[in-house]
Amino acid sequence: MRRSASTEARDAASLVLWVCPVNRAARLIPALGVVAALILLLTFAVGDYQALLLKGAAVTVSLALCSLVLATTLGIAGAAAKIRGGRILRFIASIYTVIARGIPDIVMILLFYFGGQRLLNAATEAMGLGVFELSAFVAGTLAIGLIYGAYLAETFRGAWQGLPRGQIDAAKALGLPTVLAFRKVYLPQLIRAVLSGYSNVWQVLVKSTAVVSVIGLADLVGIADKIGKSTRDSFMLMTIVLLFYLTLTIISERGFGWLERRSDRWAS
Amino acid sequence: MRFELALQHWEVFASGVWMTLHLTALCLLIGGCIAIPVAFAMLRGGVSGWLATGYVYLFRGTPLLVQLYLVYYGLSQFDFIRETWFWRPPAYLRSACIEDLMGWKVCAADFIPSLRSAWWCALITFSLNSGAYVGEILRGALKNTPKGELEAATALGLTDKQVRRRIHIPSAFRRALPQYGNEVIFMMHGSAIMSVITLQDILGVGRWLRAKYYVPYEGIVASAILYLVITYLLVFAFQLIERRYLRHLNIKAPGAERGWFGRSAV
Repeated sequence: MRRSASTEARDAASLVLWVCPVNRAARLIPALGVVAALILLLTFAVGDYQALLLKGAAVTVSLALCSLVLATTLGIAGAAAKIRGGRILRFIASIYTVIARGIPDIVMILLFYFGGQRLLNAATEAMGLGVFELSAFVAGTLAIGLIYGAYLAETFRGAWQGLPRGQIDAAKALGLPTVLAFRKVYLPQLIRAVLSGYSNVWQVLVKSTAVVSVIGLADLVGIADKIGKSTRDSFMLMTIVLLFYLTLTIISERGFGWLERRSDRWAS
Repeated sequence: MRFELALQHWEVFASGVWMTLHLTALCLLIGGCIAIPVAFAMLRGGVSGWLATGYVYLFRGTPLLVQLYLVYYGLSQFDFIRETWFWRPPAYLRSACIEDLMGWKVCAADFIPSLRSAWWCALITFSLNSGAYVGEILRGALKNTPKGELEAATALGLTDKQVRRRIHIPSAFRRALPQYGNEVIFMMHGSAIMSVITLQDILGVGRWLRAKYYVPYEGIVASAILYLVITYLLVFAFQLIERRYLRHLNIKAPGAERGWFGRSAV
């Protein structure tokens, strides 16, 4: 049978793509475009404000990372309480996850900022200490960490419950000590099971950090908002912030994708 | 602790609840209308697919607050926007008014999106955002439709259009239901940032109480409780809907089993 011209063309195209993988490189173009646009705008479009904006970006990133550490800690504690805890611990953990997931992030942040200061004052007064100021950064970290800790607790618990029971029995049958069994048998599988949920929570968490600017934190959004109002060019400033968050999203997607591919070698 | 203040002003809180709920519902409606063509375009590929993917990526990859600032503070700085109807509708539309049943004055100009009003800005931003999230959910559901289901429909003699309208979309909607429930709740939570641009939603009223009586957190605690109650009412409602529409699956509704996980980023 004679092969049609279109089939031949397709075969030729796939040969070219096999020899020189432009296809793969082409997929990178949008991501590179976003990063290039961010760098260009930051260099040429904002006058002397680059240093300020970069400082704000650093605040945003460190806020996100600090919240992630707190959220992971709370998530592990919450999952452990739900799996292994007694009745009281389990109750506390479920109250925590119900409340933290039922309140919007901005409300939680305001609650911590205004209410947390009162609590702190009462506590330091009772202990006879001076007044400590609860900074916007700390309040934001606590609020965001608390919210996403509840999501992570569910993720971790789900991963633990999805662990094949046979693996645990096998580790026990081999006589592995608990710590070793956890490190060599459970942990690799848990990490693999948790990664996609963890990456999800991280990406939502990053977007939540924008809201902390509402309580006056000088993060990227807060600084860009102030500069935009004084130069009357909010559009440009907010476009830069938008591109910055897009870049963060792209980086985290790629990073987590790489981690997930790597953890596939632990596939059971 | 002066929580009686919140109870005294329950009418104001009720108006805040109305503001949150009606705006969220409108955004979900408009977002749903955006989402269907976007999801199909993403599946089909080509130029429209590229555009749809870019739109979804842009709105899902950035914070809602920044999008809102971009629309509310950003667009108003351009003169060419200030000269259109979207800034100031013409006089004959502004004067064409009637009194509706409640006795409020409604003008023709009120139906033209105005970038001057915080309400319209919130509506536009939230709708576009919701359209992107729902579009992505729908794309996944449309893509995961079992091939046999569509082939069976074609074999029965349905045209492509009929298959799409009667089989593909309803079946995808059904499977997207648990995720859609999460999206509804996240939209409701996300709408709390409209208080930043002066709208009196639940949180806006809480902050108003704080400013009026100089009580540090009573108003915000009251709004937090309201959000909590509405969230779990919605969770409950979606569990009922899932039980109804997913009963053909022999398992429990996936949303009920998994627990409520919130908006997914990927």
